[in-house]
Amino acid sequence: MRVLVCVKRVPAPGAKINITEDGQAVDATNLGHTMSPHEECALELAVQLVEAHGGESHVLTLGEAAADEQCRWAASIGVNKATLVDVGTQGWDPQRTATALTHAVRSIEAADGAFDVIIFGNESADTGGFQVGIRVARALERPMVNAIKGVDIVDDGAVLEARRETDAGMEVFRLPMPCAIGVKEGITWPRYPTMRGRLASKKLVVEQQTSDAAQGGQTMVRLNRPEEKVSETVILGHGADAAPAVVELLKELGLWTEGAAS
Amino acid sequence: MSDATSTSDFPTSAKVVVIGAGIVGNCLVGHLARLGWTDMVLLDKGPLPNPGGSTGHASNFIFPVDHNKEMALLGVQSANQYRDVERSVDSGGIEVARTQERMDEFQRRMTSAAAWGVEAELLTPAGVKALVPFINEDAILGGFHCPTVSVVDSLDTGTLFRNEAIEKTGLRVFANTEVLDVETEDEPATGLRKVTAVVTDKGRIDAEYVVIACGVWSNRIANMAGATIPLVPAVHQMADVGPIDVLAETNNEIGYPIVRDMDTFCYERQSAGSMEVGSYAHRPILHHPDEIPSNEEAALSPTEMPFTPDDFDQQMEEAIELMDMLGDAEIKYAINGLLSLTPDAMPCLGETTEVRNLWSAAAVWVKEGPGMAQVVAEWMTHGYPRVIDAHGADIARFYSQERNDEHIWSRAEEHFNKTYGIVHPAEQWEHRRNLQVSPLFSRQEDLDAFFFQARTWERPQWYGSNADLAERYGVQEREVEWDNRWWSPITVGEHLNMRDNCGVVDLSAFQIFELSGPGAVEFADYLSVNKIGPVGRATYTPWLTPDGGFHSDLTMHRVAEDVVLVVTGVFDGGRDLHWVRKYMPKDGSVIVKDLTLDISTLGLWGPNAPALLATITDADLSQEGSPYGSLVNVDLDLPAGTVRGTLFRISYVGDTGWEIYVPWDDAPKLWDALMANGRDQFGLRPTGGGVYGTSGRIEKGYRLQGAELESEYNPLEAGLARPKVKSADFIGKEAYLAAREQGDPEVHMCTLTVEDQTDSQGRTRWMQGGNEPICDADGNVIFDSHGRVSRVTTAGYGPSVGKHILMAYLPTAHAEPGTDLQVMYMNELFPVKVVGTGAPFDPDDSRLKS
Repeated sequence: MRVLVCVKRVPAPGAKINITEDGQAVDATNLGHTMSPHEECALELAVQLVEAHGGESHVLTLGEAAADEQCRWAASIGVNKATLVDVGTQGWDPQRTATALTHAVRSIEAADGAFDVIIFGNESADTGGFQVGIRVARALERPMVNAIKGVDIVDDGAVLEARRETDAGMEVFRLPMPCAIGVKEGITWPRYPTMRGRLASKKLVVEQQTSDAAQGGQTMVRLNRPEEKVSETVILGHGADAAPAVVELLKELGLWTEGAAS
Repeated sequence: MSDATSTSDFPTSAKVVVIGAGIVGNCLVGHLARLGWTDMVLLDKGPLPNPGGSTGHASNFIFPVDHNKEMALLGVQSANQYRDVERSVDSGGIEVARTQERMDEFQRRMTSAAAWGVEAELLTPAGVKALVPFINEDAILGGFHCPTVSVVDSLDTGTLFRNEAIEKTGLRVFANTEVLDVETEDEPATGLRKVTAVVTDKGRIDAEYVVIACGVWSNRIANMAGATIPLVPAVHQMADVGPIDVLAETNNEIGYPIVRDMDTFCYERQSAGSMEVGSYAHRPILHHPDEIPSNEEAALSPTEMPFTPDDFDQQMEEAIELMDMLGDAEIKYAINGLLSLTPDAMPCLGETTEVRNLWSAAAVWVKEGPGMAQVVAEWMTHGYPRVIDAHGADIARFYSQERNDEHIWSRAEEHFNKTYGIVHPAEQWEHRRNLQVSPLFSRQEDLDAFFFQARTWERPQWYGSNADLAERYGVQEREVEWDNRWWSPITVGEHLNMRDNCGVVDLSAFQIFELSGPGAVEFADYLSVNKIGPVGRATYTPWLTPDGGFHSDLTMHRVAEDVVLVVTGVFDGGRDLHWVRKYMPKDGSVIVKDLTLDISTLGLWGPNAPALLATITDADLSQEGSPYGSLVNVDLDLPAGTVRGTLFRISYVGDTGWEIYVPWDDAPKLWDALMANGRDQFGLRPTGGGVYGTSGRIEKGYRLQGAELESEYNPLEAGLARPKVKSADFIGKEAYLAAREQGDPEVHMCTLTVEDQTDSQGRTRWMQGGNEPICDADGNVIFDSHGRVSRVTTAGYGPSVGKHILMAYLPTAHAEPGTDLQVMYMNELFPVKVVGTGAPFDPDDSRLKS
């Protein structure tokens, strides 16, 4: 079984996210980088599928050269191969990204053989566009379902059965392979790299690609940070002495009914 | 109760504002409360109990053995304070060696353990494995085991100390409160400024005292007040790996001894079911405080910076080599944790030198936090620390050239990888040299001088051009490389030549402060135990702490009716100048001026010194014309012209001669004339610090501030008490008088000679003066009733005595001349004999009188 996972390198910010002066990016100075939790689960799923069914897992990313770190992270938990489409530090729009990834998938498949399944995170952690996976699947003419929380390989390896939670219950899809899925956090419990895994990942050869994909229709004007809601903690008092103040507050909030406590 | 965040009750004034609620700030308010301080406010910009500083991610273990006395004893003191509040577990700890050099170092660590009274033993690889069954004994040569290594809860301890201050004194605590400014006002008479207020995002607090205990942010806060706390935030990488069954099965936060893998600069510390692997081996990674994210911006906490795995790979390989099980454990958490590094690897404690009542309690790690907080609290309360002499941590030790980022960063980069290093007591810095050189520097370079750096100053330790003297006197290199390191047989040659002929010593690094004005002499007397003499006399005197211990030991020169020069050593110049400014009158009656770079000093000593000096001056150089302790202004007739100089008849090396003070720019003229007139006719040689600071001094038993003289000892114990006490008041007088009334002191500063230097391998060994303990005939380390250990404060070969000489405080029972004792060096005992409180060489001072 051949499994491809697409991941995106994103900053790992705290509660407050700083934006660069030109408004074009998150200010990642002194921030670490990661990928979305969906993608971490996707990698884990790929490793588990290959552990269960044999074959090879492959990670594909598009971004700056430093995304090498995410390729090695994937290798450190057991992914076998990696390809990095180096497009520099400028963020690419979803159409352009999908075009480049499609091209990369085709080139990898031409060399190593077709993937049975391509796994995306449900959406990226930073831009949250929900577009790239579906665009790539469509370009490759493969069936795709998003928001997947469970998979099984059935019919002697011919079909991927994918499950999606809805308000009404569970939707089950049968996707003939080759296919693509977008998975959500919770589909697996991603492992951390071991020390040996980390050291082994140093030996990974990350295949480097470039892309001349044309710009798509979506343009980012600028990022803005919503105004912060400042909440102030007011300590009403300590112990029994605080009771009157608590009562006053409950009355203010309309949560107090006279005589209810009797 | 402790987390009030409402602005409604934010105070507008307080006696003390402590900034920073990490281990140091919390323990500090606790100690201040115990000492009776009230009206205190504690601020932190982060939330409690973990505001996001280094305390929150510390590995929280304490290895009690350190070669440095302050660090060792404050480590033990801190460990005991954690034990007192029951937030400590004695896990034990083992340092393991992978090299023979480290095994040798363990012998030295056994010696330091004995000095500080810490239980320790050496282990074979099998012995290590018996305690740590998952260790690969094939990777190590042996171990150094301390059963009292402890793991502490620094956050909880901080909370307990803080709550104690709340309960005792009503300490007000404000978390999530950011300091925006620290305000000061000028104090024109002293040249200092005085702290007046702390401005925060919640309001302004007028404050009499402000303490900066902000860890990695300390210098930024100090800069707000125009002060400096020379430290830099530096990365210490740590990875938590697990779960690991053998650890989980202990059902304990810490069930196995902590392992320090000393030769890879790493440690492995159990944390419940996982192992924390920490490193001091990676490249130094320093940050400017402004690069540290805020609590809101940080993904974890501000001081848990993003892990840079490439820097840690080597350590992982070595960790797996030591403990194979670590390889398959998952890396659950890994950080570039920030801690504070200073230019000389010692903390920054005490009042800042720029701003009165602005105190620093910074560059302190969890392992010494409670003890160092106590030091600062006592310092603020009593005018000096009581628990220990803290001159090595005194922030006033830094000169201005040591306080800029270029210096701080360079030195931090140089010593970071020495955190677990094997550092020789005389080890020299590689970078940031030649910061301050004497006017004779180029001449000394031409003479192939080997320079030692004293803080910022370069001083010749010996001169390569004197190699012939080592041959003349038949001096050999030392047998063991460690003993020979940073030493040269030339030193012995220079010494013996001075005793036979004469030597000239460059003393330009003397720190010279002029006190002038109508109050100058009275103030000088207030600083000094001994009475300031008349014009033309210099006084050798201690400066005491308010408790009657040594703050300093120097000479005071009455050069005019209203002018006194303070002449002190380069290691103490910063501390002494701060002391002057701290205590000087605020009425403008005294003006202090730093003349260090205006005056150069040459020491000329030896039997031929008077005859040589007579070639350049007509002054009466007899004992009558230039008596001991006198200052004589003379014309020096030099080929380059006449130079006005002052002759101070004194000796720190035991031979007759003078310190000759001349204008800085004239020093080369004097040097050239002495060399021209003296070399052939009088046997003059340039003579280095090895003679001045050690061999010449120790043969005479002369005491040195910071070595023999510390605040833990008084002049009676040091043998420096005069028969009478002057009537004028001086700092420490009351305590000094009380000590005198008690009669014979409990300990006496003694010199001892090593009677046999042969070790168990038949090698001749040389004690270095690194706190080696003195033992009785049975091998028991000698302590006095205050717990002060008898340890070697200075060691040096006495060429004219023909023996290796040691100095140490000994209890009266052991101080009798001729008493046979032992010294421990490299974990072996060597026989020593007490000379007494006087000098092994020329005890009658006949050579000084000649």
